[in-house]
Amino acid sequence: MKMPLSALLGLIFTGGFFFAAIFADVLAPYPLEMAVGKVWEPPSATYWLGTDTIGRDILSRLIYGGQITIFVATASSLLAFGLGSILGFTAVTQGGLVDQLLSRLVDLMMAIPSLIIALVVLVVLPRTLITLILLMGILDATRVFRLSRAVAMDIAVMDYVEAAKLRGERQGWIIFREILPNALSPLVAELGLRFIFAVLFISTLSFLGLGIQPPLADWGGMVQENKDGLIYGKAAALMPALAIAVLAISVNLVADWVLSRTTSLKGGRGG
Amino acid sequence: MAEDRAVGSLLEIRNLKIEATAYPPGEPPRHVVLVDDVSVSVQKGRVLGLIGESGAGKSTIGLAAMAFGRGGVRLTGGQILLNGRDIRGADVGTLRALRGREVTYVAQSAAAAFNPAKRLMEQVIETTLLHGVMGRAEAEARAVALFRKLGLPNPETFGSRFPHQVSGGQLQRAMTAMALCPKPELVVFDEPTTALDVTTQIEVLAAIKEAIHDTGVAALYITHDLAVVTQVADDILVLRGGRRVEYGTTDQIINAPREEYTRALVSVRSIDHVEKPQAPSILSVAGVTARYKGTTFDVLKTVTVDLAPGQTLAVVGESGSGKSTLARVITGLLPAAEGRITFAGRPLSPDLASRTKDDLRELQMIYQMADTAMNPRQTVGTIIGRPLEFYFGLKGEAKRAQVQDLLDQIEMGKGYIDRYPAELSGGQKQRVCIARALAAKPKLIICDEVTSALDPLVADGILKLLLTLQAQEGVAYLFITHDLATVRAIADRIAVMYRGAVVRYGSKTDVLTPPFDDYTDLLLSSVPEMKLGWLEGVLAHRKMDSAGN
Repeated sequence: MKMPLSALLGLIFTGGFFFAAIFADVLAPYPLEMAVGKVWEPPSATYWLGTDTIGRDILSRLIYGGQITIFVATASSLLAFGLGSILGFTAVTQGGLVDQLLSRLVDLMMAIPSLIIALVVLVVLPRTLITLILLMGILDATRVFRLSRAVAMDIAVMDYVEAAKLRGERQGWIIFREILPNALSPLVAELGLRFIFAVLFISTLSFLGLGIQPPLADWGGMVQENKDGLIYGKAAALMPALAIAVLAISVNLVADWVLSRTTSLKGGRGG
Repeated sequence: MAEDRAVGSLLEIRNLKIEATAYPPGEPPRHVVLVDDVSVSVQKGRVLGLIGESGAGKSTIGLAAMAFGRGGVRLTGGQILLNGRDIRGADVGTLRALRGREVTYVAQSAAAAFNPAKRLMEQVIETTLLHGVMGRAEAEARAVALFRKLGLPNPETFGSRFPHQVSGGQLQRAMTAMALCPKPELVVFDEPTTALDVTTQIEVLAAIKEAIHDTGVAALYITHDLAVVTQVADDILVLRGGRRVEYGTTDQIINAPREEYTRALVSVRSIDHVEKPQAPSILSVAGVTARYKGTTFDVLKTVTVDLAPGQTLAVVGESGSGKSTLARVITGLLPAAEGRITFAGRPLSPDLASRTKDDLRELQMIYQMADTAMNPRQTVGTIIGRPLEFYFGLKGEAKRAQVQDLLDQIEMGKGYIDRYPAELSGGQKQRVCIARALAAKPKLIICDEVTSALDPLVADGILKLLLTLQAQEGVAYLFITHDLATVRAIADRIAVMYRGAVVRYGSKTDVLTPPFDDYTDLLLSSVPEMKLGWLEGVLAHRKMDSAGN
């Protein structure tokens, strides 16, 4: 089965972003917080992507900012997945009251726009990385809960799950050995999408000044810092915006490919 | 063209070759030949039966009669002559004019083929109107006449119902009406009665046969059940692996088959099983009544049955009779509301959660669909090995050796332990499920329709294996089935169930010997036999209408 071009491009870009994030200290040509040039210099051989509102190298800040953005998004999506899928599977295997309680709680949380909950929470709690990750993880877990509950519902009625119950297996075996392996492919594809939403969400929060706090930098914050330059025709704000867009699209391409390879909805024939 | 008409064949298939590309998951696409060098002809007003096991290419040939191939299927060679013109490779316009007009199709599952949002009449006359065969008023009148001919209740108002408002058997007849409405020359029936209960099956069969006869239409009748096709077909084509095995008149195929494969099909279910004498019971179900949570309707009504060690109790009945519910009550999935169950000398707790590990181990279950009874992400070794590990604490090499022993016992041998269920055939899957049950060293195995999803010859193999294992291990079977041929082959005692109650219970000889009660008579007389003229004989003296009608 040949990998389609779109998926290959997606993989290359996603891989590039993660590589840059992990080796930020080695790759970044200038320090994060040092004004090295003049204000809003255009791209040049010295400053590949130009300089920002107080003369810092945009490329270096993009690389460091990417590190923070990708770290927070990855951590919160993993948290969302761990929490959401385990609760979703538990709701299905326990059924009855447990399912009702969890599902209604999730309904309640989803009824209020995530951004509003986040704004309220961030106004009250200290704006640390831990708070951000927990907040985004828990908010996103509601969506993962719904998906994993729906997927597990289909699996839980299979005879092999009934056979495991008749054998006397515990919850743990039924969730991790019977249900999880069969629910994995839609969940993995969803992981990609949730990661993108996490990137967009953290960028939104930072743009509003409630996300990553200085001296740390992230892409949303960078757009916010440089947005005034747009009025004077300075492209500085577009660089981090472009980075967000490219990352979102490339992860999406990979997720699409995973989904089309594994789902039977599209005939399961692959690309 | 002229000489073909002279021969009088409506449909003439010559050296048909059908190919497809298969896409096995995780492997490169593979080229497969579905049908190879098959020639057959159907005269006006005659019925040709296509018979074979799954994968024999019978549906593929049936659809080829209207030059249609399912997704990825290509008709690559030979000729399909309909009224003398070759329709293989005809252009889309020609085919569109032909399908649903000259050749129509009746699918296996009427429930899936009808649009649930539209009334039956709309759907029955749709193709007729589309092809402009007749006007709406005339088409509706013809549909009503067909409803009447097919024995549907209230033919005048039947068409105004929605698909969910009629039974499965009625829906299947409505689809036959749909196929006959545009006055076609050829109708392709693709397993039209396979999904129906036995008692409903023969009424639909009789209705179809009469309608074919009255309208003088030619038909292709596809089925895997030789006894069924014997009742409707004039000629039979036996297929295997996409190739022709034998082609002849129904009389010749049934009474004087030439090929060995045909002989095997004709003599299927001739296992000679001598019933064992009555003995003290290992399982005794006494006065059990059950209902689903939140309802007051009893799905089981004071059921009392016994089963001795090493013997087989067959529970017979059609869908909705409560036979699978009985299994659920015994396994504890649906706790009984009243009554007692005694197993191996100790009372069995009604609820699954409060049963001991030994109770669970000694009472195993085998399912109808082996496909869904095995986790597709586990290997055969894990599936069979888990009970060994779970109940006996076996690990590593000891477990693997034991799994191999079990595989030998189910006659599968080496090389299967690391395979996934998707890499097994239908019969092998069911064998692995049997091995999984056996691994627990049970005293009783509940077999829920374990052979009904299998081809006749494969099912025969499974039944023989079950009997051998019973003789070796002394395990008792509670065998749930709607197939009386299976019952004759393996049962020691029989319980006939009807609407949640046991209406007849006793040793096999007693139950199968007249005088019968009305329901047992209906059930027994509904099992098609491989005899010409059997259908007419049965319908002539019936005491009771089909339960499903």
